[in-house]
Formats: sequence, C-alpha cells, structure tokens
Amino acid sequence: MSLDTEVKDGVDQETVDAVREVGGAYKYGWETEIEMDYAPIGVNEDIVRLISEKNKEPQWMTDWRLEAFARWKLMKEPDWAMVDYPQIDFQEIYYYAAPKSMADKPKSLDDVDPKLLETYKKLGIPLKEQMILAGVEGAEDIPAEGRKVAVDAVFDSVSVGTTFQEELKKAGVIFCSISEAIQEHPELVKKYLGSVVPQSDNFYATLNSAVFSDGSFVYIPPNTKCPMELSTYFRINAENTGQFERTLIIADEGSYVSYLEGCTAPMRDTNQLHAAVVELVILDDAEIKYSTVQNWYPGDEDGKGGIYNFVTKRADCRGKRSKVMWTQVETGSAVTWKYPSCILRGDDSQGEFYSIAIANNLQQADTGTKMVHLGKNTKSRIVSKGISAGKAQNTYRGLVSMHPRAKDSRNYTQCDSLLIGDKCGAHTVPYIEVKNNSSRVEHEATTSKVDDDQLFYCRQRGMDEEEAVALVVNGFCKEVLQALPMEFAMEAQALVAISLEGSVG
Amino acid sequence: MLDIKNLHVGLEEEDKQILKGVDLKIGAGEVHAIMGPNGSGKSTLSYVLSGKDGYEVTDGSAELNGEELLEMEPEERAAAGLFLAFQYPVEIPGVGNMTFLRTAVNAQRKARGEDELSAGEFLKVIRAKAKDLEIDADMLKRPVNVGFSGGEKKRNEILQMAMLEPKMCILDETDSGLDVDAMKLVSHGVNALRDAGRSFLVITHYQRLLDHIKPDVVHIMANGRIIKSGGPELALEVENNGYADLLAEVA
Repeated sequence: MSLDTEVKDGVDQETVDAVREVGGAYKYGWETEIEMDYAPIGVNEDIVRLISEKNKEPQWMTDWRLEAFARWKLMKEPDWAMVDYPQIDFQEIYYYAAPKSMADKPKSLDDVDPKLLETYKKLGIPLKEQMILAGVEGAEDIPAEGRKVAVDAVFDSVSVGTTFQEELKKAGVIFCSISEAIQEHPELVKKYLGSVVPQSDNFYATLNSAVFSDGSFVYIPPNTKCPMELSTYFRINAENTGQFERTLIIADEGSYVSYLEGCTAPMRDTNQLHAAVVELVILDDAEIKYSTVQNWYPGDEDGKGGIYNFVTKRADCRGKRSKVMWTQVETGSAVTWKYPSCILRGDDSQGEFYSIAIANNLQQADTGTKMVHLGKNTKSRIVSKGISAGKAQNTYRGLVSMHPRAKDSRNYTQCDSLLIGDKCGAHTVPYIEVKNNSSRVEHEATTSKVDDDQLFYCRQRGMDEEEAVALVVNGFCKEVLQALPMEFAMEAQALVAISLEGSVG
Repeated sequence: MLDIKNLHVGLEEEDKQILKGVDLKIGAGEVHAIMGPNGSGKSTLSYVLSGKDGYEVTDGSAELNGEELLEMEPEERAAAGLFLAFQYPVEIPGVGNMTFLRTAVNAQRKARGEDELSAGEFLKVIRAKAKDLEIDADMLKRPVNVGFSGGEKKRNEILQMAMLEPKMCILDETDSGLDVDAMKLVSHGVNALRDAGRSFLVITHYQRLLDHIKPDVVHIMANGRIIKSGGPELALEVENNGYADLLAEVA
C-alpha cells in the first residue's frame, strides 16, 4: 500500500465522527407505525399453509414446508451453546407480518405508504432506491448516482422490493425475493433449496424451513461476474414477530458475486426471534463473497429486550476450485447463535471465515464456523476476533474437520479475544478432527485486554477515552475489516465504536 | 509557561508519598533538565503532570500558562499544549502510525475549536517532518510502535511532538536505549523544535544527552524534592561525582 492510500482511507476518523454523531444510542431503535397484516399468533400446520398461500406458492413448496414442520414438532431446542436465555414460547410469536400497503403493489410514489418510504430513508437507503423498494414503477430508469448496489429489502416477513432487477437481468443474473423465485424459477429452487441446509438440519433451520416467509434469491449464470454488489437489508419492525428469512445463492460455474447483508430492528423491551437460513451453492471455479453487518437491537444495559439470533448459514463448495468467503461483523442481538460454515466438497476448493463479534453489556454471543474438508487439497482459513465488554460473554466455537478423502488439505485458524473491563468473558472452543495423515491444521489463539497504558498513550496525544477505545479495538479487528467491501468496512468501523460506547470508565 | 508549586503526590493504591513538595517554574522558551537517582520521583512527576491514573495529588498545584493542569483530563492537558515523550512508548497493534497521528492531531484541533487537517494537508506536513527524523514511509504505515527498535520508538515520539506542536514538552528519559547516532538524531529533532514559545522539561540520567540538548537550568531531584538547581555545570558535576555529595549537602 502506498503512503497516499494509507492516509486517504481516513477511516479511523470516520469512526470517531460516527461516535460523536450517534452519541452512543442504538441508531436504528425507532419503530415504523404502519398498518400490518398479521397471521394469527403461534405456529401450526394451518399457519404454515397460510404463509405458503400468502406467497402464492405451488403445492410442492407447501408440501416441503409441511414436511419440515412435521419434523420440527419432534425436535428439541439445542442447549449446548454457551448462551443463557429464558425458554422461548414458540406459540407466543407471530410468524407472518406484512405491511398492508404491500398487498397490492403501488403504481407510483403517491400510492406508496409514506411511512415505508420514511423507514428506508432513516435506514440510509438512497431515495431512488427508496422508490424502487417502495415498488414505484419506472423508478429503475432513473440513473443511479455513484457505485451501484442492488438492494433487496425485507420488512418483517416480506420482501418489499428489489432494485436494479432489469440491469441484472441483462447480465443473466437473477436477483429477487425467494417468494418470487419459487414462482418464476421453480426448477432452480427445487434443485437447490435445502440441498445445503436440509429441512432436518437443526431445530431452528427446520422451523425456518416450515415458516420462512421471504428472503433473497440469487442465481449467477456460468462465467459471469455479477456487475454490481448485491445486498439484502433485513428489518424487523413488528412487535412479537419472528423473522424467518431464507436466502439461497447459486454461483454457477466460473461465476463471481459479492453479497452484502445488513440487519436492524427497533428497540423493544421484549425479545424477538430471528431464525434465518442462508444456503450458498458454489460450482466449479465459482466464487461467492458473503459479508454481513449484523446490527440487530442488542437490548439495553440491563439486558432487557433485544433479538435472539439463531441463524444457520452454510456454503457448499460443490465444484472444483470453488471459493467462498464469509465475513461477518456481529455487533447486535441479545443472543447470537451462528456458525457460517463451509463444506469443501470440490477438490482444491477454498473456504475463508473472517469474523468480528462484539458483545457489550449483557449480550451473549456463541459464534464461529465449521470447515468441513471433504475434497482433496482443500484449504480453509479462519480469522476470528471476539471483543467482550461490560458483562458480556463471547464464545468462539469452531470445527475443523479433515475427512479421509481430503488429502493434503490445510487449515489455519487464528482466534483472538479482547476483553474490556473485568466483568466480561471470552471463551474459545475449537473442535479439530483429522482423519488422514497428509493434512495440516494450525490453531492460534490469543486473549488480551485493552490496556490502560494504551488508552493513556492515546489520551496523552489528545484523544478522549472513547476515541481511544475505538482506535485500539479497530486496530485489533483490522484483518477482518480489510476483508469487507469498502463501504461496509466504514460502516463496520463506526459500528465497532458505537457498540462499545460506555464500555470504559 | 509551567508553574509547579509545593506538589505532593502519593500512590492511590498504597500509602506511599512519592513527591514531597516539588517547586518548579519554567519560563517560555526555556529548557530545563531534571536529573536524579533512581526512585527520586522524576517519572512520577511527568505522569502526574500528564494525568496518568494511579496517583493522588495531596497538595500543591501545577499551572500551564495560568490554567490548573491537575483538574483536567489527560486529553484536555494535551489540547492545552502539554506533551509527554514516553520513556516506554506503547504499542498499538493494527493501528497505522499515520492514522494514529492524524486522529491525535485532529482531536486536538477539534478540542481547540480549529478546523481539522485534511488528509492531503496532513500528508504534506508529516512527510516533511518525518524526513528530518529519518523516518521512512514504511515506518509511518506500520502499526504504532509495533516491532520498532528502541531508536525508532524514540524518533517516533519526537515525530509526534513535531506534529502536535505542543507548548510544553516533557521528555522522560528519551535517551534511554539509544545509541550515539540515534541520540544525535533525536536531539537534533528536539533542537529543531526549540522556540521562544515552547518550553522543555528533559528528564535524564545522563549528562551526555545534555551535550546535545543544551539546558538553561538543571535541577537535581532526590527523595521527591528538587534539592538543587543550577546551570549546565551542575549536570557535569553529577556526571563526575555522582549524587552522593549533593545528597550529603542536603542531609
């Protein structure tokens, strides 16, 4: 890197400004008062059918859901994670909530519920995108400013719109809501849905399979580099509503896509459930980069409210020389249970996992990854940065498994924990299985504290305490932040600073 | 510039007095040196002035241009123009040296109600100043003090001083761990910053640093007090005879 770029990126200053502007509060804690269409509370076969019907799904999809639901009834909620929360009553949750105004797509900006527009504006999605998201016809023809990112926005249970669909279509890329994909591209959905995360995978994934209401679908055709970054924005708005979205991304042979996912929710003193499933399928020579900035409401300082985040994310590197890179910045949620995984099935395939998990106040995070090496000469890399502050507990849980066929495979794991204050905890739980004698697994783990000398040094140079903490922590996370797309990296740095507000002194 | 009166300081954690009535007045543009045996309270004085935790001021005052330092937060003291060149500069992994400095410069400017330096302006200034201290581009990019040699760390402290343009500079044993060439380089850097509006307090064990940075006044500190003050010749006397005679004189 040249001298110029080092200064020009100027990202740390942005962090500092962000901290000042936001002043410590959870930025997205407001609620949109909008008329909602709810399904009756609780879950049963009728609810599953109702969700399927709302999405105008074909019979095979309804059957698939019912099959999952039948299984789910027999399953038990897992309790092995290092998280502690009151028993969730799955019958006290709404499984479907959609803005009423979305029942019929609006034709122009005038027809759009202004509250929906206001919501997107507050979330920082540009106006043109707001129009598209609000479903205004013709909005896509307005030239976009600057770099393009196609956005799919999911508001509670439904996708409210996907931008740049026309332009993507020209490249042969399909980017739409999963409900639309089920109707328009049933052959792709049938072939791949549940092929990475089966219906029976785990308690939350199975529940998701039964009741998922919407989500994003991406298909990149062979030898195509997706012309822009794709992004999904998840927003839980309605109270007592679970969000169960399902994302399916297929990168066909020799293709490439970078996909971003952002999430926020209003501040409430009740807990809300989020149980998503993300499936990535990567064929020969294809590559997917999947970046997440998860900023669900974490609850207040006393641990009241916040999102329970139980997510199953898995990438299947099915093809030879296929590649996947998961990058996640986890700052929100009261409880996080999430292990984006890579099945390295194709020979010479590669999986990477970069993670920053921040837990402040009474947040609990149990997160990590699984690298399952099945193919020959497969490589994986794990860089995990866990930051605990307040009274939070942060656990890294990671599996590296080298199967007998995975000859000459390699894994490198680096797992660093940073503690701020003396009431928080960091835990590292690596699982390593090697079933052949030509593979190599390396694991490095460190635990450190933000030390008073570092803070004093920064303050003697003129930074206030919070700036100093933000600077030190962003330094700690640097390797992961660098793995994020530029815009996301900025947002993530700011978020790191904001999440740690009030953690010192 | 700096006016310390009857400063009494103890440790917060244990019942131990370290400074037992320090009086020290440094005029604008003056360079003062403090020498003294180990444990006499020299470093404590620098920490207390800059606001490090762990010390309790039990009596006395320390004013910087008429403002009471001891009531300010460390960053407020920095913005008011106080700079401490650390004896052991701290490593901050992952934070680029230049990012660190720009954050610091702009934090101080903001605190003083001045406009922040743009990336371009900052780059121009730092390049020129780094060159004088023979700090190359690579050292500016590397994480703050991580993997720096002793000499690099001290040069980096002086670079920070040059960039922050403080009014009152405290150098805490800046010569420790330096070879002859590095000491010349660092001294040259310090001398270049000498100015009618800027004062220095140089804490050192050895007279040799004072060959390069010529002090106006030399103080001898022992057992938490300044026991003798004089001209540069006082440092030579210590170099030749040690502290025994001086201590005996006071006792």
